[in-house]
Amino acid sequence: MSRLAWRVAYLREVRDETPSARTLVLDVPGWPGHLPGQHVDVRLTAPDGYSAQRSYSIASAADGDAADGEAAGGDTVELTVQRVPDGEVSSYLAGPYAVGDPVELRGPVGGWFVWRPADLAPVLLIAGGSGVVPLMSMIRARAAAGSRMPFRLVYSARTPEDVLYAEELKRRALSDRGLDVSYVYTRRAPDGHGRPAGRLTAVDLAEWGWPPEFEPAVFVCGPTGFVEAAADLLVDAGHDPRRIKTERFGPTGG
Amino acid sequence: MGIVTPGFTGRRRSDVNLPPGQYLTEDFPVLSAGPTPRIPLDTWEFVIVTETGEKHTWSWAQLMAMPSEDVTVDIHCVTKWSKLGTRWRGVPVSAFFDEVETAADFAMAVSYGGYTTNVPLDDLLDGQAWVAYKFDDDDLAPEHGGPARLVVPHLYFWKSAKWVRGLRMMLEDEPGFWETAGYHDYGDPWREQRYQGD
Repeated sequence: MSRLAWRVAYLREVRDETPSARTLVLDVPGWPGHLPGQHVDVRLTAPDGYSAQRSYSIASAADGDAADGEAAGGDTVELTVQRVPDGEVSSYLAGPYAVGDPVELRGPVGGWFVWRPADLAPVLLIAGGSGVVPLMSMIRARAAAGSRMPFRLVYSARTPEDVLYAEELKRRALSDRGLDVSYVYTRRAPDGHGRPAGRLTAVDLAEWGWPPEFEPAVFVCGPTGFVEAAADLLVDAGHDPRRIKTERFGPTGG
Repeated sequence: MGIVTPGFTGRRRSDVNLPPGQYLTEDFPVLSAGPTPRIPLDTWEFVIVTETGEKHTWSWAQLMAMPSEDVTVDIHCVTKWSKLGTRWRGVPVSAFFDEVETAADFAMAVSYGGYTTNVPLDDLLDGQAWVAYKFDDDDLAPEHGGPARLVVPHLYFWKSAKWVRGLRMMLEDEPGFWETAGYHDYGDPWREQRYQGD
């Protein structure tokens, strides 16, 4: 197998998602395409040759279908970067990195935490914080493929202001038939939410997830503590561990 | 060197020598592909199956009775973090092979929960790999691979199979779980063998 080459990508556009997260729309000439859920390695190089690499999940649908629903061509990759306190790479990408600037990128990587439109199982997506990024890629890919597969997203965020893709999720929950979106707020819920703030529980998953008998494909992504807790709840509820795929964002994802 | 990223200076130059593309962390991040299995010690077993189908099995009590080693090693995860000076207690893998006869050059580490990873046998012997059950003097936590995991510190850490259940000896190399999903068959961090083709 040939080596995954480093490619030069250029920042075309920036979308602010929350005060601490932004989406980078990158032009990547020659991008081979990707599956929703895959990630890329990003490499930054200082003038003295020092370099730093990190992995980021891809947010855009496989075909480059951007957040606004317009086909953006096959050479586009969108990454959503959450600024990590003291994060060497994230504070650059979510800070001084400007439109027109180059960055090196290698991928797509990972053939496990992926959803394929041909898969014949209902899908349960469970997101903790910025763990929603690869799951958003799946939601966008579903729409882009015209899939009618039932999808449910249970999204845990600290407060309403921390929700990534808030407007788009609201729109898709209305327009993407078969997509349900539910929110769990851990610190502060908006007025009228009907569920007090608090961590994800078995009741939340019973109410908003799929029963284990439906044999859903489950994707859980978030910080380690969240993923451990959610995966344990799912196993305790009777989901087959082999149908639960997890991806974690470590505290050092900076 | 790669192209220079405008305005990037970087901050964490350290005087320690890390494999290419790695950065230092003090945390111990968790990476795994599915739920954490809970394995009761009274049914735990470690099994080596040779290429002829011969099985050698150790119980938890037998593992505890084997001479252990305390090792301090650096570990390197393919997701870019490196952690230095990690302290483990475990039984060297070579000790299990005292009573196993095999002509195989490769081993598939097999885990509770279904995880697999392939490692050449030569990389598991001679003080290079352990079946570890303590980390920092504590019992190894389930999310870090407890009750016991493989520790093969000279390869990327996905080769250090969590929840290890045994080794299946192979005459020919075969890809394991991540190797099938695009990761390198050998995984030497100093040669930056992250993905197939590296």
